Amino acid sequence: MSTTVSRSDTDGGPPGGAGRRRPTLKSVLVWTAVAIVGAVAWTVLALARGETVSALWILFAALCSYAIAYRFYARFIAYRVLRVDDRRATPAERLHNGIDFDVTDRRVLFGHHFAAIAGAGPLVGPVLAAQMGYLPGTIWIVVGVIFAGAVQDMTVLFFSMRRNGKSLGQMVREEIGIVGGIAALIAVFAIMIIILAVLALIVVNALAESPWGVFSIALTIPIALFMGVYLRIIRPGRVLEATAIGVVLLLAAVIGGGLIDDTGLGEALTLSKEWLVLALVVYGFVASVLPVWLLLTPRDYLSTFMKIGVIVLLAIGLLLARPVLQADAVSEFAREGTGPVFAGSLFPFVFITIACGALSGFHALISSGTTPKMVAKESQVRLIGYGGMLMESFVAISALIAAVVIDQGLYFAMNAPAGVTGGTAESAASYVNGLGFDTTAQDLAAASAAIQEPSLVSRTGGAPTLAVGIANILSQAFGAGMAAFWYHFAIMFEALFILTAVDAGTRVGRFMLQDTIGNVWKRFGDLSWRPGNIMASAVVVALWGYILYVGVTDPLGGVNQLFPLFGIANQLLAGIALTLVTVLLIKHGKAKYAWVTGIPLAWDLIITMTASWQKVFSADPRVGYFAQRQRYADAQAAGELLAPAQDADQMDRIIYNSTLNGVLQAVFALLVLVVVVNAVVVIARALRARGAVPTTEEPAVPSSIVEPAGLFATAEEKRAMAEQERLVGAGARGHGTFTQEGPSR
Amino acid sequence: MTGGNATAVRSAVTRALRGVHWYLKELTGEARWDDYLRHCSEHGHQPMSRREFERRRADERERNPVSRCC
Repeated sequence: MSTTVSRSDTDGGPPGGAGRRRPTLKSVLVWTAVAIVGAVAWTVLALARGETVSALWILFAALCSYAIAYRFYARFIAYRVLRVDDRRATPAERLHNGIDFDVTDRRVLFGHHFAAIAGAGPLVGPVLAAQMGYLPGTIWIVVGVIFAGAVQDMTVLFFSMRRNGKSLGQMVREEIGIVGGIAALIAVFAIMIIILAVLALIVVNALAESPWGVFSIALTIPIALFMGVYLRIIRPGRVLEATAIGVVLLLAAVIGGGLIDDTGLGEALTLSKEWLVLALVVYGFVASVLPVWLLLTPRDYLSTFMKIGVIVLLAIGLLLARPVLQADAVSEFAREGTGPVFAGSLFPFVFITIACGALSGFHALISSGTTPKMVAKESQVRLIGYGGMLMESFVAISALIAAVVIDQGLYFAMNAPAGVTGGTAESAASYVNGLGFDTTAQDLAAASAAIQEPSLVSRTGGAPTLAVGIANILSQAFGAGMAAFWYHFAIMFEALFILTAVDAGTRVGRFMLQDTIGNVWKRFGDLSWRPGNIMASAVVVALWGYILYVGVTDPLGGVNQLFPLFGIANQLLAGIALTLVTVLLIKHGKAKYAWVTGIPLAWDLIITMTASWQKVFSADPRVGYFAQRQRYADAQAAGELLAPAQDADQMDRIIYNSTLNGVLQAVFALLVLVVVVNAVVVIARALRARGAVPTTEEPAVPSSIVEPAGLFATAEEKRAMAEQERLVGAGARGHGTFTQEGPSR
Repeated sequence: MTGGNATAVRSAVTRALRGVHWYLKELTGEARWDDYLRHCSEHGHQPMSRREFERRRADERERNPVSRCC
């Protein structure tokens, strides 16, 4: 234990405390230009009503805002608030073992970190939030990331790095208290289960009744197995070779899927949602007990490359296609809260729904633990933590654009649950017309024919809508005639990393469970004990599999019912993370800067607690789970059937599901409140002690590594690196520090 | 385009491609083997086989699961 090394207030900039320099004329001009372009883009978006507006304005507004935030706000947080100190060795340098503690090039670590935080969340959330129009989503994705999401990722990364890469749960326990720690542990585990279930639900909804999709996703498994064997036995370690082969096979699988439609295979692969649930549960279990080299690692390479490839492709596609916004700036559903995609008004539900692209609690699990053990220099937390999250937000903006440039009649026909659209093109068209959007059954049929899917009606979950948007943009950009390929390519790409997340998440859940139960039953905690692994995996898979099944069979629509639970859970986890970093700022005597994390924390608590309150106590049966339960229970008691239930069994199911969802919702909120209350006590104690409270920060050890802080080395940093090279001699930076036995403990 | 220009362009492209290759090798961890060989030659160790080396890295990954976010 040690207390913070307190330094004078004037030391506000990098490097070596040289103080502030006057900005050059060039830098003033460049940043003024960026600010003007950004301001113009925002003005166009905010004032446009009824004219055609290019989607590129959204892109420019976002990119300029990110640039300014990174240049000024992230720098302020790094050098003034956190006081990153490059004279101090990072855990990667101090505890180097070539395994988890490993000094890693900042650009490479940025890639690792981004690959770990980016998943299906930022793609799906904005698509669903598009029901409120493009403006609320755009504003929250950009403002949210700048002031909340990126701040959370960067500060958690920093504080975990100062504690040798301790996990979020560990830090809460040690810095806030045992009660908060246990609540956080349970919350993290429960939230992970919900997240896995909802991710799996998205895959099920995207693949149901779609033989082409099932075919190409199913083939990703043998492709990954082949890569695994290739890397283990045929050509050990040649990852680039294996990945190149894998990508080619993957594209062949997507093309091949188009050929099976009218064959017996196509019929065999037309699976119902129930069968897909079974397939996913079996897959999830098997994948999480197989050795990682066989399936997880190779598929992770594939999904990382696909992720980066698709984002780049989509960005280029947007610039070439320059699509026009079809959605309203603010739709009537935002004002009235009666939208079919998810219920509830703009506040708080647009913030809940967008989730990962603006603020994601799950990132705090990555920013503590894995990444902090690999950071070379403290100042790099700005690039990796803040910059990585800006990149994720950019993915969310791209997804939002894809959803708001497609025909809005089609958007609502796809995203309203089957219970209200009736499931056929005719009934869906008349339902959508009733909402006030133009579309006909022929239009809907033509849209599904264009991408060679049997139907697009009520393909909820966001993934199919995003895939239609991507297919539109890429066909516009690179020529028509390939829409069906692009659609299934996009579906495959989303499902690929959802499967990776499900596999990795199940594995992490298994480790958590074994670790926790190992406290009372020693044998179970032994990670190499096979029966323990299998039991723990089975429990984790059964938990998310059960919720997945509940969602899939819900007559009210699983996404409509479960996505809010997922969004709130993720934002509640962010509440825990922001509480922790706020406590730490105060404990380290930086109470005057506590607003940096305190304001996003307050906002996050306001939205999540309002949303939780409404989901539990709202009298509106479309919003409140228990009001919904009551409505159906009353009808059941009177012997009536309420739409969309079609029989007594479905009535039972709705009543049961509403109760389950409501209870889960209440439990999550209570767990977070326990952490917050515990934190308030600790904060009060720290404020009374005026700062100097013991924390678990590791004492400073001088660093001998010289590395640039940002993406590009400045002239000054290049000089410092050359100087260091001359002093220590070549080969002393970073590499060449394996243990005697090689890269193993 | 003059000859000097073409050479400059070619060397810039080569540099860029080399940079991409370096980045991908580092990102996938393929470069760890090269690091290990360099380490062995610097310290005069007899390196283990590549198969053995990759097996140990896989075992490490088995013990340290990496989470993937939503």
